[in-house]
Amino acid sequence: MTIAGCAAVTAAIKATGPVALGGRELPTWFTSVVILLSPALLAALVATQAFAEGDRLALEADTVGVAAGGLVFWLSRSIVGCVLVAAAATALVRAI
Amino acid sequence: MSFGILADEAGFSDLAAVIMSAIVFAGSAQFTAISILAAGGGAGAAVAAATLMNSRFLPMSAAVGPSFSGGPLRRAAKGQAVVDHSWALSSRGDGSFDQALLLGASAIAYCTWIGGTAVGAVWGDALGDPDALGLDAIFPAFFFGLLLNELRSRRARGVAALGTALALALVPFTPPGVPVLVASLAALVGLTRRARAEAQERQEAEGEPR
Repeated sequence: MTIAGCAAVTAAIKATGPVALGGRELPTWFTSVVILLSPALLAALVATQAFAEGDRLALEADTVGVAAGGLVFWLSRSIVGCVLVAAAATALVRAI
Repeated sequence: MSFGILADEAGFSDLAAVIMSAIVFAGSAQFTAISILAAGGGAGAAVAAATLMNSRFLPMSAAVGPSFSGGPLRRAAKGQAVVDHSWALSSRGDGSFDQALLLGASAIAYCTWIGGTAVGAVWGDALGDPDALGLDAIFPAFFFGLLLNELRSRRARGVAALGTALALALVPFTPPGVPVLVASLAALVGLTRRARAEAQERQEAEGEPR
């Protein structure tokens, strides 16, 4: 269900650009909002996954892990390092 | 490969993960959708969030449009090849795009993306207890890295903070997935006069909408 839905909307969005809009510039207000959609969505995804367990907010092992991963990315710009450190830190906190 | 492992985490079968990579072919949207499913959200919320994530392809593919040859159907088919890095790679900097380079770069990316998903999905099975290994932290950490890359402007940082606040405020009251969707409203900050003026400047400076 989800897969089919994602495939359909992705294909539709990518096809609309070259055909319906070919050459015309999109209105500035639209582009301006689209640019900001990624930070809004990503921030919400990080926050809900790092701080929420079901329908309550909680500081848990994965919160520590994500913070550690973010620090590594900030210092090294390596997404692989960020993910590995996040997993390792989470596992470590859980093991203690 | 990371997508295969994470899809495995979210309860997708190996085959489902590979099929998704093959027919959706939009990394960030795929990650968004499966992470919402993994958190217990419904298919509707997952698809809606993936759609918002994909909305950037609209200005991107519209910019490429004039550089594609062929009739409407062929241009629509070529539009499917638009992904972030091949789009950026094939941009000539004057608003036009190298069609052959874009299609070629995407073809290579497509094969490695599907192959990587398969390897990750199979490897994910062999990893053992995901919680003990801290694998549940991989999703948010991955998104955190992407987010830090996006926070170059003050406005982007403000929108991220607003999105975080909106999402966390809603967690206790709404089903999983909904807070993320509502948080996307933070992007409406882009409607302010100053944000639009800056987007306009950027468009003119780059010679193409982004």
